[in-house]
Amino acid sequence: MKVLITTAAPDIGASIDPRFGRAASFLVVDTETGEWQALDNPALHSSGGAGIQAAQIASLNGCAAVISVEFGPNAFDALHAADIKMYQFGSAGSVEETLKRFKAGQLQQVGQPTSPGHHGG
Amino acid sequence: MKITVASGKGGTGKTTIAVALAVSLAEAARQNNGRPTAPLFLDCDIEAPNAHLFLKPDLKERKQVGVLIPQIDETRCTHCGKCAEVCQYHAVAVLGKKTLVFPQLCHGCGSCAQNCPEGAIREVLNPLGTLEAGITPAGIRFGHGRLNVGEPMAVPVIRQLKRWIQPKPGQALIVDASPGASCSVVEAARGSDFLLLVSEPTPFGLHDLKLAAEVAREMAIPAGVVLNRYDSAAQNTRPVDQVENYCRAEKLPVLARIPFQREIAAGIAQGKTLIEIHPEFTSLFAGIAEQIALMIEPARASTPDVEGEFHRIGR
Ligand code: SF4
Ligand code: SF4
Repeated sequence: MKVLITTAAPDIGASIDPRFGRAASFLVVDTETGEWQALDNPALHSSGGAGIQAAQIASLNGCAAVISVEFGPNAFDALHAADIKMYQFGSAGSVEETLKRFKAGQLQQVGQPTSPGHHGG
Repeated sequence: MKITVASGKGGTGKTTIAVALAVSLAEAARQNNGRPTAPLFLDCDIEAPNAHLFLKPDLKERKQVGVLIPQIDETRCTHCGKCAEVCQYHAVAVLGKKTLVFPQLCHGCGSCAQNCPEGAIREVLNPLGTLEAGITPAGIRFGHGRLNVGEPMAVPVIRQLKRWIQPKPGQALIVDASPGASCSVVEAARGSDFLLLVSEPTPFGLHDLKLAAEVAREMAIPAGVVLNRYDSAAQNTRPVDQVENYCRAEKLPVLARIPFQREIAAGIAQGKTLIEIHPEFTSLFAGIAEQIALMIEPARASTPDVEGEFHRIGR
């Protein structure tokens, strides 16, 4: 299964980024094979709808789950509609640790928006 | 003459100044047998409109406004993603087998409906707020808008207010913008000949004045400053000097200094205008309008403004 992790740089060794829509990079990792791919966040400097774009990226890359901290209401709705599960890092500080805990089922699943979100316009 | 009154933050007395300016122009018109016409006042601070509390218009006209947002016919949609691709506001997203609309981000531009290859998008009205208009006892034509609670889309409502009520040829327009330096302020000021920046001679006031002055610079609209709550006893103190020096360095003329007085604060709390509290301020505000008129003319001569020309012929 593929998961999307928000990271501060486009690398498997990068530290995590707590912002879902405004993360510096996205790391798409296949939990079975360990294969990964880093993507730049195209919405980093856009005026609004960053969370929605990030959700679309997760969907287009076939992710079944995303791991971050701050999910705004729009991102939450979009991910929810796409049937993509949301998790939070908790005390995990690195991608490696995050993946380990995720596979062990130790990450907290998110059932509602975790940040007030931002609005363009 | 179209003047937008702005300030970098709330609580500087922006509305007080805008209202006094309108009242003094109406008074000048009354004394001159209604020539030129009393001004039009638009309260574009649609998140918290309050100018009506002072001008007391009889709000007889009312209009619902909103934007046309897409509604997806899921039976026709093939989830091709075209709509999401053309929407520059990311207000529509295709997620697997679902196409989702985010009304709070939609600007109603219509691109998605135009580009949908399946004709799966219908446009429906998403109400954003209400506009109201009427005449004040002083003869000022008045309009304001009120954004629906929780609605973040201020710009389209401001745009529709300004389109709904427009100044007649020769009629001055006073726009009370929302505090801050956001896109709402830019929308309120669009088309204005002059930006009147209201500030206080305090360190915070200076910071906010700089933000407001930046809007004027970016929009290339001539600007001037009214310093409110100006304590003459504090003259030559640091905060006052800093604000005055900033205005001088930035070539922002200080058009008036309104004194800091307890009776002004008390009068405003009772819903009185500055002119009602101090009738002698009529000439002070008429003077502000005159100075603005003088500053607008050369600016217009250098940048031909079709609309301005039209108004001059109409006069
Ligand atoms: S463009 Fe039309 S068919 Fe394509 S995803 Fe959007 S609504 Fe569906
Ligand atoms: S109307 Fe314009 S802003 Fe609204 S969803 Fe369609 S393309 Fe986006």
